[in-house]
Parts: sequence; C-alpha cells; structure tokens
Amino acid sequence: MSSVITVENLSKKYIIGHQKQERYTALRDVMANGARRFANKLIHPFAAPVNDPTHEEFWALKDVSFDIRQGDRVGIIGRNGAGKSTLLKILSRITEPTSGKIAIKGRVASLLEVGTGFHPELTGRENIFLNGAILGMSKVEIKNKFDEIVAFSEVEKFLDTPVKRYSSGMYVRLAFAVAAHLEPEILIVDEVLAVGDAQFQKKCMGKMKDVGQEGRTVLFVSHNMNAVEQLCTSALRLDSGSLVVHGEDVRKIINGYLYVNDDNNNKRSIEWVALNESYSSQWFAPHRLAITDAMGESLASPISNDANAWVWIEGNISVLDPALQIGYAIYNEEGQLLYWTCHTDAEKARWPELSIGRNVFKSKFPSRLLNQGVYRIELLTALYCREWLIQPGVNAPGISMEIHGGLSESPYWMVRRPGILAPVIEWGGT
Amino acid sequence: MDNQSVLIIEAGRAERHYWKDLWRYRELFYFLAWRDILVRYKQTVIGLAWALIRPFLTMIVFVFVFSKLAKLPSDGVPYPILVFAALLPWQFFSNAFTEAGNSLISNANMISKVYFPRLVVPTSAVIVSFVDFLISGLILAGLMVWYGFAPDWRILTLPLFVLIAFAAAMGAGLWIAALNVKYRDFRYIIPFVVQFGLYVSPVGFSSNIVPEQWRLLYSINPMVGVIDGFRWAILGGNTQIYWPGFLLSLSLVLVILITGIVYFRKTEKSFADVI
Repeated sequence: MSSVITVENLSKKYIIGHQKQERYTALRDVMANGARRFANKLIHPFAAPVNDPTHEEFWALKDVSFDIRQGDRVGIIGRNGAGKSTLLKILSRITEPTSGKIAIKGRVASLLEVGTGFHPELTGRENIFLNGAILGMSKVEIKNKFDEIVAFSEVEKFLDTPVKRYSSGMYVRLAFAVAAHLEPEILIVDEVLAVGDAQFQKKCMGKMKDVGQEGRTVLFVSHNMNAVEQLCTSALRLDSGSLVVHGEDVRKIINGYLYVNDDNNNKRSIEWVALNESYSSQWFAPHRLAITDAMGESLASPISNDANAWVWIEGNISVLDPALQIGYAIYNEEGQLLYWTCHTDAEKARWPELSIGRNVFKSKFPSRLLNQGVYRIELLTALYCREWLIQPGVNAPGISMEIHGGLSESPYWMVRRPGILAPVIEWGGT
Repeated sequence: MDNQSVLIIEAGRAERHYWKDLWRYRELFYFLAWRDILVRYKQTVIGLAWALIRPFLTMIVFVFVFSKLAKLPSDGVPYPILVFAALLPWQFFSNAFTEAGNSLISNANMISKVYFPRLVVPTSAVIVSFVDFLISGLILAGLMVWYGFAPDWRILTLPLFVLIAFAAAMGAGLWIAALNVKYRDFRYIIPFVVQFGLYVSPVGFSSNIVPEQWRLLYSINPMVGVIDGFRWAILGGNTQIYWPGFLLSLSLVLVILITGIVYFRKTEKSFADVI
C-alpha cells in the first residue's frame, strides 16, 4: 500500500526563556533587553555579541523520519517531553517545523483535545455545530450526521441545555461523539481516552478501530499501553525528540519502552557494569551482571527461549566470609517476583569456591521455562542469616532482557500463550 | 487516494494552501460569528435591544454636549442625524478593533489545539461588529423618518464607504490581534486607542469646523475619511467632502489593511507557540 504520511528529517526548536514568569513576551522586556544590548555595545563596541543567557534552545524534535502507510493504526509512545505532542501539532499544522519536510496525502482531522471550542454558554445542539465546524466539517455534513452524533453521545435529553450544566462525563461524551464522526482519511488522536468512564472508553476504542478498518489511517498518542496494544498495528517510539524505533511489533516496542525507564546507565543492555563503588562491600564488590553465552560473552536481547544462556555475575572479594551468598532474582513485566536463586542452592559439595580477588559465578538460565516476554534480573548478595548486602527490589542493580521465540519445536505452538510460564511439558501415551 | 492533492508541510511553506484553506473554512467565519452573537445575549433580559440602546444613548449625550452646550454648527441637517451618521462607522470601527484585538487571546485554546487559517478568528470578530452596525443602522433609519429627512442619490454610494470602514477595522484589528499575541501590552493600548480616537475623530461634530490649513493633517486619522464619506453619502445635499483629505485617509486605510494582512500572515505560524 502507498504511504500517506512521509516525514523526513523533521525538527522543531523552541526557545525557552529562563527569566520571565510569563509565557508571552512583554513589550517592556523587549525594550529593556534591547536597551541593555545597546548600552553594552556602547561600552564594549568591539566585543563579539554574546549569546543571551536567558534564552536557551530546546529541540522538541530532532531529525525524525518515518513513513506511514494507508490503513496503519500507529501508536506513538514515549515519556512526557519525548516530543509526541509536538509531532502531532506539526502533523496537524498547528505549529510549523523548524526544518524538515512532511508530505501528507488526504484530509487530516486532529483531535488533540476533546471539546476544543466548546462554549459553556451554548447548548449541546449548538456546540455540535460549532465544534464540527472548528474540526473542519461542513454544515451539511454535520446536519447529516447529527442524529448519529447525538445517539453516540447518549445526551439526547440534554440537547437544549447549556453545556455548562453538563456533568464532565456528558461533556466528554458529546465532544468525542462529534470528533468520532469526522470522516477524514487520517485521524490524529492525542490521549483522548484518558477521560470518561470505562464503558465509554471501550466505545471510543471500538470506534477508532472501526475507523482504522475502513482503510483510514490513525495516529494515536497514549500513555495507556493496553489501549495502544489493542488498537494499533504498528508503533513508533520517541525519546527526547528522537525516533527510537518504528515497527510493526507493537508489543515489543511497548516492552522496550516500559523497561528502559528504570535503569538509566544501562539502556536496553543485557549487561550491567559497575560504574562506581556504590554496590561494593568488603565481602563482595560486583563488577558485572550479564546474560552471556557459556564463555561470558554478553548476549543481545531478545534471546530465544531455548538459548544456551547464562547469568554471569562477576565481582571482587576482599574479605572471605563463608556465609556469602551470590545470586539473582527475576521479575516479570508486571513486577512479580518469579524466583530467587543463589550459588548456595544445591548441596554444599557443588557450590562454586570463593577466593580473594576476582570471582565469577555463572548460572545456567533455565531454558523453555519462562514465557515469551520481558524480564528483569536483579543482583542478590547477602551474608546468610546475617544481613543483605544487595537486596533485589530494594537496592539492587539489574538488567532487562526479552525472551522471544524458541518456544517449542511443535508446529502447533508458534506464538505466545497466556500464562507466566511456558514450559514444554512431556507428554506420552500408553 | 491518488487523485488527492499532497499536502507538504515544511518550514516557511505553510502559505501554499492558505487561501484555499480559507475558502474551505468559510463556514467557520459564520459559525464563530454566530457563536459570539449567540453568547453575547445569553442570560440577558433584553438581549439584542442592547445593540440599539447603547448607540442611541451615546447619540443623545453627543447631541446634548456638542449641539446644546457647545453650539456647534450642523451644516443644515438635524444634529442627531449628523451625529449618528458618524457614530455608526465609529462604533463599528471601535467595536471591531476591540473585539478583533482580543479575539486571538480569547480563542487561545482553539488556536493551540486545532488547525484552521487563523485569519478566520479576527475576521469573524469584525463580522460580529458588522452585525451590530447593521442593527444600529435601524436607529438612523428611524431618525430620518422622525425628522422627515430624505437622503438623495448619494446614499447609493454608502456600501462603498461601508467597505472602507470594514477595511479600516480589519486592518487595524489584524495588527493589534497579531501584536497582542506576542506582546500583551497591547491589551492596554486597545481601550486607550478607542477612547482617544473618539475625540480625535469628527464624531460629535462636523469636520468642517476644523480650520482649512489643518484639514489634510487631520485626515491622517483614517477614520476622518471614513466618517466624512458616511456623512457625504447619508446627509447628501450641501454636505461637502474634502477630497484630498479623503484620499489620504483612504490610502492610509489600504496601507494599514495590506500591512496588517502581511504582518498577520507572517506571525501567524508562531501563534500556537507563543499564545
């Protein structure tokens, strides 16, 4: 299918002032600054012009390029300030890019807010017309869809009441109803579903899905990952103004997003390396925690479920203590602890030996036990029955990893099943 | 899909579709004006009658002050008609100027959330004032009947002068609206201009009382030309128009209108960022 939106090297710069409280410029400041600059010039006529320290450039979007095909339902995710709203604002022509180019094929309707232009003094009926016109519908179009809009909004009884007397739920329903009946080729929606009750949200989601299935393109920004996963056929992740990833595997992109936030030093790495002494003690100073092959070479995420993977813990011992326990804890995506394990789990004869200096502990990562998904592994060290040195979930360094594929050799088991575990259980017959 | 035009968004290239979009959003002019008129008289008891009462009372005060107290000449027409023929365009201008100047700020929410040609907002504010203008025109008609004053052929040229008044209001409105978005200081300048303008424009008196050697200088105020034009068209008879002054006013109106549109178009792109 042909692409309907092509974005090339899009950037948007804002100048942020540090001194002023107001969002707008007051003439007095402009004049005062101008006078100051002029005075400076008089005093130091040959000095190079200095950058104004009260103004700083801020790139809300930096060199973003992507391509969206017709009928795609694209989820745009990222943290606050990642540039999502700026991107939508540029796409809907509310603001101009600083550089770059966008080509859009088809009529765009953007819904950055529910009920834009609603006037509290006007009745529901009047607001439907007004809001429709603001969103770019013609009067005839609104008239034709009027009954449909009213039915969707469920506010028939209050059509001739000023909307200032509406409950907030009614207000939102009416506003979304108008927007939902726009018939653009491209629909841009920002966080609209954050409002309204659960039932109405469901209705909205259904409506948006319909829009997508009719061959129209939907761009959807949300912090609600469930909504994104349900609705979208592809996802696009922004971080600090840059495009991180854009692809069809919505689940994977969401997971990447969810699991990148917690550990800033180790973005998406499957390896943690100590940068300072903050986790160190005389009994054990960890240097490295990684998912590796048998030789200690770090693996890249995702690993397949039947991979030959090891949890590799490396560290330094200054004072030998027989009570030392080294291990890890593993959590699933929802933050549930799946298990703890440490090097003293088996019979004493099979424990790895400790020595002063560098020690390596490696533990076979169980294959074909966990389900496909994202997991977090945290370091665990303790002195048996005496104290925690590094306690998972409290103060432990960790790594995120994804398990993907390699579920089974069975031709009937190719995709993720529900459940926390996905072991291949033996079956036989007599 | 393929027959659809491709929209290109690029820095400094928003112009391309602008005038086409303005046409596409033509109904929004109407809807915004309709909203403002509807809202204005909601929860008022006498509603639309306010559009009649205000200019009528102003006219009475002016007649009292300028005719009865100051005893200014009336060029042979009933003084109320002389005043009202000027009050009409002046009130249109001052209302339009005030409303348009504040229109972007009061619709800030819309501007930062939806795209449409921003020119729609101040223009529909001017249209609202124009509706008021038409309504208060009824008073003038009433006065003419009351005094048995019949206009001559010149009344047919009135639409032309209405157009000039419209251009003056639009031009000044666009300037102030665009400036107001960035520098809120203009919020305070608007009422000042309106108040000041009432005294420097020949509203309560005929501009014939201005000494001949000052007439051209006086016409630097574009409203002088507009008001003189209105009086010339409405009062007819021996009312004279000072043509050099009128042409000066007219060209100033055009300059203000064109620069207003250019400045507005230039700053429009950053409205959403600074509002």
